Amino acid sequence: MTALVIGALIAAVAVVLVSLPFLLGSDDDLGVPTAEEERRLALIEERDRALAALKELEFDHRTGKIDDADYRALVGPLRRAAAEALQALDAGAAKE
Amino acid sequence: MADLGRAALVVSLGLALYAACAGTAAALGRSRRLADSARNALIASFGSTAVAAVVLALALVRHDFSFAYVAAHTSRDLSTVYALSAFWGGQEGSLLLWLLVLTGYGALVVLLNRRLLRDLIVWVVPIVGAISAFFAFVLVAVASPFRTQVPALDGAGLTPSLQNPYMVAHPPMLYLGYVGLTIPFAFAAAALLSGKTDERWIVATRRWTLSAWMFLGFGQILGAHWAYVEVGWGGYYAWDPVENAALMPWLAATAFLHSVMIQERKGMLRVWNMVLVALAFELSVFGDFLTRSGVINSIHSFAQSSIGSWFLGFVVLTALFSLVLILWRLPLLRARTKLESPLSREATFLYNNLLLVALCLTVLWGVLFPILSDLFLNQPRTIGRPYYDFFLRIFGLPLLLLMGIGPLIAWRRASARGLLKTLRWPIFAALAAGAALVAAGAGSSRPGLIAYSFSAFVLATIVVELVRGTRATGSLLQLVARNRRRYGGYIVHAAVVLLAIGIAGSSAYGTTREQKLLPGQSMTVAGHTVTYRSLERERTGLADETRAVLDLSGDVHGTIRSGVNHYFAGDSSREVGIHTDWLRAEDTYVIFDQQDGRAVFFKVLVKPLVNLIWLAGFVFLAGSLVALWPDAREQRRLVTRLALARG
Repeated sequence: MTALVIGALIAAVAVVLVSLPFLLGSDDDLGVPTAEEERRLALIEERDRALAALKELEFDHRTGKIDDADYRALVGPLRRAAAEALQALDAGAAKE
Repeated sequence: MADLGRAALVVSLGLALYAACAGTAAALGRSRRLADSARNALIASFGSTAVAAVVLALALVRHDFSFAYVAAHTSRDLSTVYALSAFWGGQEGSLLLWLLVLTGYGALVVLLNRRLLRDLIVWVVPIVGAISAFFAFVLVAVASPFRTQVPALDGAGLTPSLQNPYMVAHPPMLYLGYVGLTIPFAFAAAALLSGKTDERWIVATRRWTLSAWMFLGFGQILGAHWAYVEVGWGGYYAWDPVENAALMPWLAATAFLHSVMIQERKGMLRVWNMVLVALAFELSVFGDFLTRSGVINSIHSFAQSSIGSWFLGFVVLTALFSLVLILWRLPLLRARTKLESPLSREATFLYNNLLLVALCLTVLWGVLFPILSDLFLNQPRTIGRPYYDFFLRIFGLPLLLLMGIGPLIAWRRASARGLLKTLRWPIFAALAAGAALVAAGAGSSRPGLIAYSFSAFVLATIVVELVRGTRATGSLLQLVARNRRRYGGYIVHAAVVLLAIGIAGSSAYGTTREQKLLPGQSMTVAGHTVTYRSLERERTGLADETRAVLDLSGDVHGTIRSGVNHYFAGDSSREVGIHTDWLRAEDTYVIFDQQDGRAVFFKVLVKPLVNLIWLAGFVFLAGSLVALWPDAREQRRLVTRLALARG
């Protein structure tokens, strides 16, 4: 009998927990990013990826994994990619 | 009490079902209140499962034989610790542990990520809820640990080989690993369902994958040591289907942990990563099916039961679900860039992935073939050690080599000239190690020689990388703090090298001899003289214990006791004798094979470097923890990105 009472108590607590968001009457907006926010997020990721790649290249060069000739060949395209990502972000901000 | 356990499981099933259904409705209808309600249901499902687990644990500790499960797996003379370990010693209890870990992980995930990853979590909740509902349903309707009976005076007891300290830790560790792979799967499926296939699911998934992978890896080492000291056949890994069941998802998760770095840096391999996450999850559930269905004969599996068809159905259903999701979202998963050169860090990761997956699928075929042959051709077949050893060498040795090349090769592209210059010290170390081994007379085993040379190569790579990095940053601590994942990974690489040295040493350079000895007689094995001194017999409360006492002389000195226990309950177990020479990491391992009057047939194995395997387990754990350690910068980066995107 005690066991069933405890079982019923667990079920009651579970029902309260599950109902709580409705009882509190909070805002029903899920707050997921909009399509425009998603686009900006993708651009920011692109920028961060380009900057991280540049940082990685610098570190590989400093630790001797990449010699000077390879470094010179690789650094240009990476800088351009980073600059393009920054420009795309700035252009988006200017439009707003 | 059994009623309470049953009621708690029914509540848990209801909550998990609600989390699955309400969560899906919330994600589709973008309702925050419903999503929060589903999230709370998942958390409450953990609480309810925990109550059921406490009920079973109490019944085990109190020896309450009105529970059929307690009577089947424990007895009055069992100590509290082993009585508690019977929780996972049987089918129903271990299923309850699975559900407890699963809902626990689910609750933790939603609590930790509820703000930052709301759009993903809203889908993670119904997925974890649906998977939890399956396990809760099996526990309620098919294999309940709360079945009752007329209380027996005593129980059947726990299998003797399970009464070992390793069995207290090994199964829960494996379960944390197996079940943990559900979380990356849930995030991957959430990313596909929501269409948010950006970097966030990868960042959210990485630590969960890493922790599941760590538990699974360390759990396997614990299991190997249990087999070594307890099972008494002289080895630590038998390529048993249930052992393979833990190895396969670990290999798939290892591939994922490497390939995910390419997605983060280059936006490549996005489909491949989804496939790997799904594969790791499917293999973990398939392993569960193998262990529980009774389709295979293994000392690790549970008895034949009707539960297998439920699990097979679940594996097929979740595999189809994953396949359909990936195909549906293929356009979103297109790679942003291409591989620039076959001589680059990302290319070595790709080769490593292909080898890991090839090894994983080869092991899978080795497990499946006997089952399929029996099922469709009615021809029982077995696949033995030579098959697995062959493929381990074919795929494992190149993997070892790549582990050395990968860290020293640059991202994007490297020139052959630059690479040779970078690798000159590791190449020298490998050649020197190989030459030294041949000179020392250890050139008899070609795979062993290659494994040792490659191991020297990898160790030299790690040293070179640490020295150069420390020079560049000024401090070793700063270097590690700067990229914990990378340097934690190098520690794990060192652990794999120790493992390779231990496996090669104990198998390729091990010596085995069998001989019948009378008291006073000796045998010589690999320079060690083993003398059989006497036989001792003792009757304990549990068993008749016979021990042969052997003296060790020659290269090493000591006394070894090896024998057999005949339990009154009917089982018997071999109790091997092991003498460890810590300086050489070598074991002298004595098996009491058979008794013939006063004479005893002994099997003596000398296993050089075998203890490096166990050391590797701890190094692996240390490296994984370094890589796992939370990085506040990563969290800040995600928060800042989201804030910037929202203007």
